[in-house]
Amino acid sequence: MKKIESIIKPFKLDEVKEALNAIGITGMTIMEVKGFGRQRGHKEIYRGAEYQVDFVPKIKIDVIVDEALAQKVVETIKKTAKTGKIGDGKIFISTIDEAVRIRTDEKGIEAL
Amino acid sequence: MKSVFLLIVITVMSIARAWAGDEPPTPLSNKVAIDLVQTHANYVWTLVAAALVFFMQAGFAMVETGLTRAKNAINIMMKNLMDFAFGSIAFWAVGFGLMFGATTSGWFGTSGFFLSDFTSGGDPWVLAFWMFQVVFAATAATIVSGAMAERTKFSGYLIYSVVISALIYPIFGSWAWGGLFHGKGWLESLGFIDFAGSTVVHSVGGWSALAGAIVLGPRLGKYTKDGKIKPILGHNMPLAALGVFILWMGWFGFNPGSTTAANKDIAMIFVNTNLAAAAGCVVAMFVSWIKFGKPEVGMSLNGALAGLVAITSPCATVSPSSSIVIGSLAGVIVVFSVLFFDRIRVDDPVGAISVHGVCGAFGTFAAGIFNIGGTSLKIIGVQALGIAACFLWVFPTAFLLFKLIDKTIGLRVTPEEELEGLDFAEHGGNAYPDFEVSSSHSSGAD
Repeated sequence: MKKIESIIKPFKLDEVKEALNAIGITGMTIMEVKGFGRQRGHKEIYRGAEYQVDFVPKIKIDVIVDEALAQKVVETIKKTAKTGKIGDGKIFISTIDEAVRIRTDEKGIEAL
Repeated sequence: MKSVFLLIVITVMSIARAWAGDEPPTPLSNKVAIDLVQTHANYVWTLVAAALVFFMQAGFAMVETGLTRAKNAINIMMKNLMDFAFGSIAFWAVGFGLMFGATTSGWFGTSGFFLSDFTSGGDPWVLAFWMFQVVFAATAATIVSGAMAERTKFSGYLIYSVVISALIYPIFGSWAWGGLFHGKGWLESLGFIDFAGSTVVHSVGGWSALAGAIVLGPRLGKYTKDGKIKPILGHNMPLAALGVFILWMGWFGFNPGSTTAANKDIAMIFVNTNLAAAAGCVVAMFVSWIKFGKPEVGMSLNGALAGLVAITSPCATVSPSSSIVIGSLAGVIVVFSVLFFDRIRVDDPVGAISVHGVCGAFGTFAAGIFNIGGTSLKIIGVQALGIAACFLWVFPTAFLLFKLIDKTIGLRVTPEEELEGLDFAEHGGNAYPDFEVSSSHSSGAD
């Protein structure tokens, strides 16, 4: 099993979700996060005083899938989350040792 | 036949009326009845206006919480609740008598404490007048909570609320407005113009706020050692804007209500009030746009309030066109005043000192310059005298009071309490519990 973590621009979430559902994934977890890579923050102003916002809001999506589906998931996310501008995000792929469904105690791919 | 029938009807009617005790109307009884209608109208207008001004308390609460952090929201609500509640009692007990009681010196009143002017079955006008005046006193008191937000000890603030409503506000008020009831102030005897209280209410609040902010010191992290100003963002700009809208509407009771009479004068006062607010808002927005590159909401909101405060003194004695000028100037002044106080490291989270103190003084001065009957050096001089007298009475007295509170029970919370947030530290509460993950309370079904 593979874990695919992606960090994407928040407004891309619906598009990515629909596309992943279309290729048959069975679930996902999303988190509201902040961060920066090469996309630096920006200046804002409040009652006349300037301040720097370093961390940009992003959405992180975790998907766990059977190894056979992993490449398709990565391609799907890459295609739908891309805008071509700085800050599009990143995808990380890692291997999962085990998965367990809490209700039924199923393990492995049956747990996904 | 017809005349006999008519005669019978008239006879029956006269008997019926005489039996009912009806006297035919006379010119005198008509005049008394008509005067009573006007008197009743005066009561209605004054008390409706008092209700509008009371609602400004909600406006202040929303502005202050919108412009401060979520971890202090409960504390802001408590301070605003209590400065009205405590202030009402203090003004009933002591303040009203000092402000409007009979006086020989012209410096403070000596009668009417505990609303003793009212006796059951007596003339209730004193009640209507008191109701209108107490909401004005409460307005002055609540101005200060904004400048002292996010680091003031609650118990210290309660003490201040009592003292400003019982002493600081009414004594200056007696100099300018005592004659509205049983008193006769020295300042009003010189012809001082402050129709609804740019100085009596707003500068009193503003200079008290200045004293409080200075004695307290700035919030942690606001100013850096190398002289940088770090903004501490308000947590809810829509609430701040809602607050300004509520204040703007409440001001339609504040200014026109100060006639305490239902007559045609209130029309021009309404218009002046609105035009000054609008002009202040527009000009402040443009100033922020030019200075900072984008039209900024905080400055625009302050601009509307600045216009309102500035027009409060001259609202009955200037023309609508002058109101636009006065509001516009206030819109410019308030932006630069906010920046100025930040530069000299006086931390005012909501701009209360600039909006109420500085623009209150400006509005009072403008009342002399734009006086509809014409201006003169004497008129302007008296206005300046009133402005100075207010500052010289309020600022040192408030400064002393805050210093005293600081030396006895303490005025400022500890750094740990300030960082944790006053909601938990002072009130054991959380204004937005749903936004926190907690195992000890339920957010609902899964």
